[in-house]
Amino acid sequence: MLEIKNLHVKLEEEDKQILKGVDLTVEAGKVHAIMGPNGSGKSTLSYVLSGRDGYEVTEGSATLNGEDLLEMEPEERAAAGVFLAFQYPVEIPGVGNMTFLRTAVNAQRKARGEEELSATDFLKEVRAKAKSLKIDADMLKRPVNVGFSGGEKKRNEILQMAMLEPKMCILDETDSGLDVDAMKLVAEGVNALRNEGRGFLVITHYQRLLDHIKPDVVHIMADGRIVKTGGPDLALEVENNGYADILAEVN
Amino acid sequence: MALPEVKQNATEARLATLSLPEAGCTRAAREAALARVREMGLPSRRDEYWKYTHPDTLVSPEATPAALFKSDEPMMFDGFDRLKIVFIDGVFIAEASDDLSLEGVSIDRLEDICCKDIHWAKELYGVLEARGQSPVERPLAALNTAFATDGVAIHVTGKPSKPISLIYRHASETSDAILHHIVRVESGAEVTILENGPAASRFNKCMEIDIADGGALHHVRAQGRDHQRRAATHMFTRLGKESVYKSFTLTVNGVLTRNEQVVELTGDDAIAHVAGACVGDGDFHHDDTVFITHDAVNCESRQVFKKVLRNGATGVFQGKILVKEGAQKTDGYQISQSLLLDDDSQFLAKPELEIYADDVACSHGSTSGAIDETALFYLRSRGVPVKDATNMLTLAFLAEAVDEIEDQSLAEDIVTRLEGWLARRG
Repeated sequence: MLEIKNLHVKLEEEDKQILKGVDLTVEAGKVHAIMGPNGSGKSTLSYVLSGRDGYEVTEGSATLNGEDLLEMEPEERAAAGVFLAFQYPVEIPGVGNMTFLRTAVNAQRKARGEEELSATDFLKEVRAKAKSLKIDADMLKRPVNVGFSGGEKKRNEILQMAMLEPKMCILDETDSGLDVDAMKLVAEGVNALRNEGRGFLVITHYQRLLDHIKPDVVHIMADGRIVKTGGPDLALEVENNGYADILAEVN
Repeated sequence: MALPEVKQNATEARLATLSLPEAGCTRAAREAALARVREMGLPSRRDEYWKYTHPDTLVSPEATPAALFKSDEPMMFDGFDRLKIVFIDGVFIAEASDDLSLEGVSIDRLEDICCKDIHWAKELYGVLEARGQSPVERPLAALNTAFATDGVAIHVTGKPSKPISLIYRHASETSDAILHHIVRVESGAEVTILENGPAASRFNKCMEIDIADGGALHHVRAQGRDHQRRAATHMFTRLGKESVYKSFTLTVNGVLTRNEQVVELTGDDAIAHVAGACVGDGDFHHDDTVFITHDAVNCESRQVFKKVLRNGATGVFQGKILVKEGAQKTDGYQISQSLLLDDDSQFLAKPELEIYADDVACSHGSTSGAIDETALFYLRSRGVPVKDATNMLTLAFLAEAVDEIEDQSLAEDIVTRLEGWLARRG
């Protein structure tokens, strides 16, 4: 599904190489986790895949089901099926959460040549999905993420994911800022979306999120490359021994 | 002190094109206003109060011609049940207007107030304008008082069931209209006044509003999209005890618009909110000049002005809160912000506070900024196309000003219009 080949990326402003040849394939129905120390390029990878400004791809490719992602605008990538759950969801005063969600859902449908969701159908769907994430009506009415707690913001990300039904979900440190209960709730939301047609790329520092979202494959990223790939056990190894051993081993 | 010769000449050149209406009972007020004009002289670029807005075309002897505005869109507030009062090129048109009788309010044409012997009107005409000439001179308002050719006197004694809607239409490319309205809201009475429509090629409008204790006036105005117009408007409002004045103006397009609000809180516990949202493009120039005087205890004032500018548009804000000695417990708030959609547009702001009481809370802020790139990316990453996302953020930026409209259906109408305009423009 998601195929990244020899991806090299630098920061436009600082002329600093962040990704130095990332190779990664995520198959449909699979959950891949990327772990790695701070500054290894994990978040950069998520931003480059979703199309954020400020990064220059100097080499390599990234495709989703054969479509070149790097050539697309962020909204085109979204319509093609890419979803990034932000590490720091953005607060947007003045834009209602519900309005935002509906605009997004219908913009994607329109881009794919599908019929737009009627107000009633949308409302029904969003209410049902919000309920399972314990998002109350008040949160739906409020401006996007404004005044939300850390946990509410992350739940709101998952709600968007559930409504947009993307093919490829990228979760950037979704566990950061969450207590154990909130993490469970978010993980349940993610697990509910797991299916054969959908791929996941879960970026995290810690193994604990992976207790709740069980990965099929775990990658270790360091200094802009995937340095080691393994099964779920690899995450446990990191948890027990830290990154130092692995990095020493691959160097 | 004698006026500089250049200024005096410019003033006399303008005055030479006008003649004082006979106007019976307001004649004395008009003569006094004319004397004020001669004493002050009409504004020029050198005046500090006109530093950011060139008044040349507002004071020139002849109005600059402006193309008539044509649009297939229904006019603003069309869907609302309201009492319509129509002016074409600054002249009241009875046939186009509704019957002016409505419970809780009496409405008369300015020229009829003398024969009907309407005392309150005679006591208000030109009075608040004259008070508003200090500490800052507003010669265009005095010019208006002297030479206004039409207008209405609205006397609110109850709570009329629908808004009074002043509708302006533009039929001649060279029209140069001067309108003067006066409004008296009696104790405990409440009214909503709407204004909209392209008024004239050049439009000088003055409204004097006197709100008695416990009265309330809501004002919602839409200016636009007759881009070639030039307009100078003044609203002079005096508030009594526990009274409320809320004014919101939407401005879209316009090569020159100067809206002045002069508000005086003279009774304790009164509330005045003035707000404006404007969207300008290219040679758009919009100036909000606000002067709020607190002269009583425990009053609240808010100024909320938001401007969206692009392609070299200019926005101006001059806002002042003056808290007089003894006006304790004043709560004053002022915010002026611009959203600059490119590097060519500019926002010029002069926020001022002048406080002579020691137990007050006044805050003011002014910012200029671009679209929040992080928010834009967030919206786009969810599939919202860049133009729609920009429009969503633009509306969100204007929301704080639009929120000042108390009537939800009017606020929604304004938002819907804005959405449409933003979506249609390139």
